[in-house]
This record gives sequence, C-alpha cells and structure tokens, in this order.
Amino acid sequence: MPRKTMIEAIRDGLDVMMERDKRVVVYGEDVGYFGGVFRCTAGLQAKYGKERCFDAPINESGIVGTAIGMAAYGLRPCVEIQFADYMYPAYDQLTQEASRLRYRSAGDFTCPLVVRMPTGGGIFGGQTHSQSPEALFTHVAGLKVVVPSNPVDAKGLLIAAIEDPDPVIILEPKRLYNGPFDGHHDRPVTSWSKHELGEVPDGHYVVPLGKALIRRPGAAVTVLAYGTMVHVALAAAEETGIDAEVIDLRTLVPLDLDTIVESVKKTGRCVVIHEATMTSGYGAELVTLVQENCFYHLEAPVARVAGWDTPYPHAQEWDYFPGPARVGRALIETMEA
Amino acid sequence: MASAAKRAPAKKADAKPGTNPTTPKPVEFNKQQELDAYRAMLLIRRFEEKAGQLYGMGFIGGFCHLYIGQEAVVTGLKMSLIEGDQMITGYRDHGHMLAMDMSARGVMAELTGRKGGLSKGKGGSMHMFSKEKHFYGGHGIVGAQVSLGTGLAFANKYRKNNNVALAFFGDGAANQGQVYESFNMAALWKLPVIYVIENNRYAMGTAVSRSSAETDFSHRGISFKIPGIQVDGMDVRAVKAAADLATEWCRSGKGPIILEMLTYRYRGHSMSDPAKYRTKEEVQKMRSEHDPIEQVKARLFEKKWASEEELKEIDKEVRDIVADAVDFAQTDPEPDASELWTDITL
Repeated sequence: MPRKTMIEAIRDGLDVMMERDKRVVVYGEDVGYFGGVFRCTAGLQAKYGKERCFDAPINESGIVGTAIGMAAYGLRPCVEIQFADYMYPAYDQLTQEASRLRYRSAGDFTCPLVVRMPTGGGIFGGQTHSQSPEALFTHVAGLKVVVPSNPVDAKGLLIAAIEDPDPVIILEPKRLYNGPFDGHHDRPVTSWSKHELGEVPDGHYVVPLGKALIRRPGAAVTVLAYGTMVHVALAAAEETGIDAEVIDLRTLVPLDLDTIVESVKKTGRCVVIHEATMTSGYGAELVTLVQENCFYHLEAPVARVAGWDTPYPHAQEWDYFPGPARVGRALIETMEA
Repeated sequence: MASAAKRAPAKKADAKPGTNPTTPKPVEFNKQQELDAYRAMLLIRRFEEKAGQLYGMGFIGGFCHLYIGQEAVVTGLKMSLIEGDQMITGYRDHGHMLAMDMSARGVMAELTGRKGGLSKGKGGSMHMFSKEKHFYGGHGIVGAQVSLGTGLAFANKYRKNNNVALAFFGDGAANQGQVYESFNMAALWKLPVIYVIENNRYAMGTAVSRSSAETDFSHRGISFKIPGIQVDGMDVRAVKAAADLATEWCRSGKGPIILEMLTYRYRGHSMSDPAKYRTKEEVQKMRSEHDPIEQVKARLFEKKWASEEELKEIDKEVRDIVADAVDFAQTDPEPDASELWTDITL
C-alpha cells in the first residue's frame, strides 16, 4: 500500500465520502479551483464538478452560516476555514447556531456539518496563522472537537465526522501535514512515507469519535496529548528514558475519559501537554478531570506543559513551542515529585 | 501615464431597461383571498395581543417581540409559496410561525416555557423550528439567519426541488456584515432566495435615518447585482404581488431578489421598550390610516363580501384558537428536569 501524507489522507477521506454520498459538498476559500491552500482538496473539483467542490468568497461567517443552512436541509457540508486563526468571524455562527440547532429545535433539526481548519504553528505565521483555538470550541456545548495526529486517524476521523449527525470541528495540525513532527526543528523533517501511520487504508473506514489510543504503553507516568504534541511526547519519553504511557486523545469532545482514568490509576502520575496557551486551555479541563477521578491514586501533582500565555511569536516560534526539552523536563520533575 | 479621468467608464452590466423588476401593482384579491388574508392576519394580531398580556401577567419570561402591525408582510408572502418553500427569520418570529401553520398552542407554550412548546421549552420566544412546516427558525442573533437562509437556497438549488427560501431580517440587521457576504454568495451562485427586509423604521430604538447611510434598503443589493423593490408592507395585496414576482424570479433561475417591506410595528421593540423614540401621533397615524387588517375589512364591507356578523364569526374562531393556546400554555407542565440533558450532542 502506498503511504500517504496527512494531506493526501484527508483528500482521500473527502473523496471517499463524496463518492459514497451525494449530499456531501466541499467548499471554502481557494478550495475548488486551487485545491486548498494546503492542497487538501486538490482534484476534487475536477472529479466531482463545481457543484460539489467550489470556491467561497473570503467570508468565514458566510461560509459557516450557509453550511449550517445546507446541513439543516439535508446536505452534508464539509467546509474548510483556511487557517484556524480565520475562524473568529464564523465563531458566532458556530456557537450560536450550529452547536444549538438540535437543542433549540428540541431534536427536530440536527446540523451534520464538518468544519476543517489547519491549526498550530509551523510556518512562522506569527500570531494570525499559528493559533490553537481548540479550547474555544470545547467550551461550547454542542460542538465535537477532533485533533488528528497522523494520516490514518485523519482520514478515519474525517469520515466519522462527516457521518456524524452533529457539528464537528476538525483541527488539523499543520506541522503534521507532511510528517510526524516531534518538535526537533533543527533536524530534517521525517516524512510520513517513512512512518507506519502513513499507511492509510483504501476506501471507507471509520476511526470513531470519542476513542483515545495509547500510542506508547508505559508504567511510570501518563502523558495526555493530542495532535502534534503526541509526537513530542513520544520523543520526550524516548530521550529521557522515562517509561511514559502516551495517550493520543484524538477527540477532545467527546473525550475518552475511561482510557485516561485507567492509565493514571495505574501510573499514579500525569503530565498534560498542548501547544495552545496555558491559561484556561484544554489542559486545565484534563487536569481537573484527572484530579476528580484519580485523586487518591496520584503520587505527584499533575503537571501542564503548554504554549506561553502570549500571542504566538513570529521569530521566536521555537521558544514558544513546548518541545521535547520542556516536556522532558516536566516528565523528570513529575517523576521526582 | 494616463490619468484616472481618461479611463473609459465601466460598463453597467444590468442597466438595460426592463431587465430589473419594478414594484408591481397590488393584486386584486377575490373574496376568498380577502377572507383568508383577514383571518390569517387577525390570528397573528390576537395571538400577539394575548402574548403581550401573558407577559404582563408574568407567564412569559425573558424576551418577547410582538409582530403587531407587520401582519401583512408574512401573510402576503405566505400566499404565494408552494409546498416546501422555507422561511427563516430573526427574533420577531411568532407571526411567521402562525403563517406557516405551526400550532398556536405550540408557539404560546414555548413562550411560557412549557413541555408542549414547539421546542419543549428549550428555545423560548426567539428560537422555534418546524421541519414539517419548513420553518427554519427564529434566531436571536441579529442577522445571523441571513446566511443560513442563503444555505437553504443553496440546498434547494442543489436538490433541484424548485423551492425558494425566504430569509427575513429587519432594517437593523441589514447593516450586519454577514448580510453582504450572503448577498455576494447568493448572487454569485444564483441561489433561489428572497431577502425580505422588514423595514419597520426602528432597530430597537434607533431610527433608520440614524443608523443607515442608504435608507432605501431595496438598493442594498446593487453592488451584487441583486435587484430590489420597495413594497407597501401594510397592504397585503401589494405584498402578495411582490411575492408572486419574487418567487417567479427565483424559480426561473434568476438568482436572489430583495423585497423591502415598508412596515411598522405598533408595539415597542420588546416588552421592556416604552418606545419613547417616536411620537404617539406617529403610531396613531399608522394605526388609523394604514392598518393592514382594517384595510382588508374596509374592502370586504365595500364590496359587500362580508357582513359585520360574518367577520365577528371569524373573530370568534380566531379568539377561540388563541384562548385554547393560552389555556394550554398556562396548564401544560413545565419540562421535566431530565430535559436538561436531552437533545444535546454528546
């Protein structure tokens, strides 16, 4: 089986669903003719026509708003917001309309909508092209939030999201589009073609929403991570020699709490990591859940490693990014606590 | 280097005479149409009056925006719809739901937050829906429904169902940015959507002239080549004529159209609004000279199509429906605590 990058895997997932389900339409800024700024939709317009894969004007609110209308009336729109940083004009639509349509129509309507957006740093985009706004979505009751960490998951989760009856936000870490980036920015980038998770199965398959996966079994400390940080956690465990159990959450909402609790009860220690800013980040939620569910099993305070509470810097991207050194230090401190 | 002044003027694409529609003459109603319009508008009027009373008595909490005065707009538009055409609107939505044949009981019980409300008490005054009746909601965020309505129109075109989506919004919402995002997409993609701007002259307490650079809202689509016409929204026949034109325009594949409905709300923006931004005389003048229901009534008498008694009979029927709705909305139980956790996504 030829290996695929995450971009190719996402494109494949869209292709599979457009082939299977005529209700699926794909649009966004530069999505049709150009094939997406990161090429995730390349070739889809040629294959399925301008009616099903097309360019939208630069109006995120309008993109999401129209998609909600389409979804309410039986289509399965899968729209792209060019960068997660561009979603703020659409946030009104996502929070006030998409997330609540089911509730406020007392179940008469659902909103089977997928919004994909590249997230996180990686292209020196500075503060308007590097943000990780997942906590803004997880805080909204009614939105599902997915962050894939590899091509196999990216395709399977995308298909699950398109088939889901409710709105799903997929944050695609742009650092991972081409390879399993582990935070060592000074080393050559590994390609997905050299990684087993680049082996994306053909055709239709689903990675269910709400199921975490243990990427590295271990006994000493549990690391909760998602997206790019999964690879950083694996590198930190390797480099410190600490027998960490690395859990890839895959979906933040719904969250696979059982897998987390079982692991922390076993290890007694936990480190939570994300690229987004620390304060009120999704990590705060994870720490709270671990505390509530595993307090009497804990042997050390639960640690957090996150982006600094600043705008995302341009030149100092690597000082901001919580790489393997910072994560490794947290692992060591948690073991020594 | 050529100066800007020497450039040839840009060609006006749609400037040919006869290309864009103009305001049609009010249609002549037959007896049945007059009676239907009378009854439909009266139901909205009586329903809203009762809702206002219930609010005053404390049975309705939160927000409540009454449609009194604007009845002809939704009634005239509904008269030209076919099965499957959708409506979506903002927060002043009770009249639209009644026009779309949603149950008075369901609407009133939602206002009082009861189990039998259209949204089981979860939505309240501004948030009700009916898939069966093709009503895509009251929406509480000013202007947010406009792009949703545009999406409905996209789905209509995609599904080739010959249906038209009606996206209603007010003169206030007309200044929201996403309205113009919607205009652009609708024109670009030639979507069957009628943008109905209910210009009742006040965005809450702000008069149109104090908030809008272009106060002729039928012109708001010019940059997008969307034609627009101004309609006497107090005359149900004028509304019906415009609706016939607009639905035909959309169904024939010409894309979106704007109908600016010149209308007036007699009551305040919401129940907490004493409406001190306008004079009592202004309101009284509209009521006595332009009331949509009185206009129909006068024609019915003039043409001897109905007697005082016959209209009283209709009034009684309508009052009975409203009384039944009120009774239901006051006696129906409140939602069970377990409803806190139903119809949620997780």
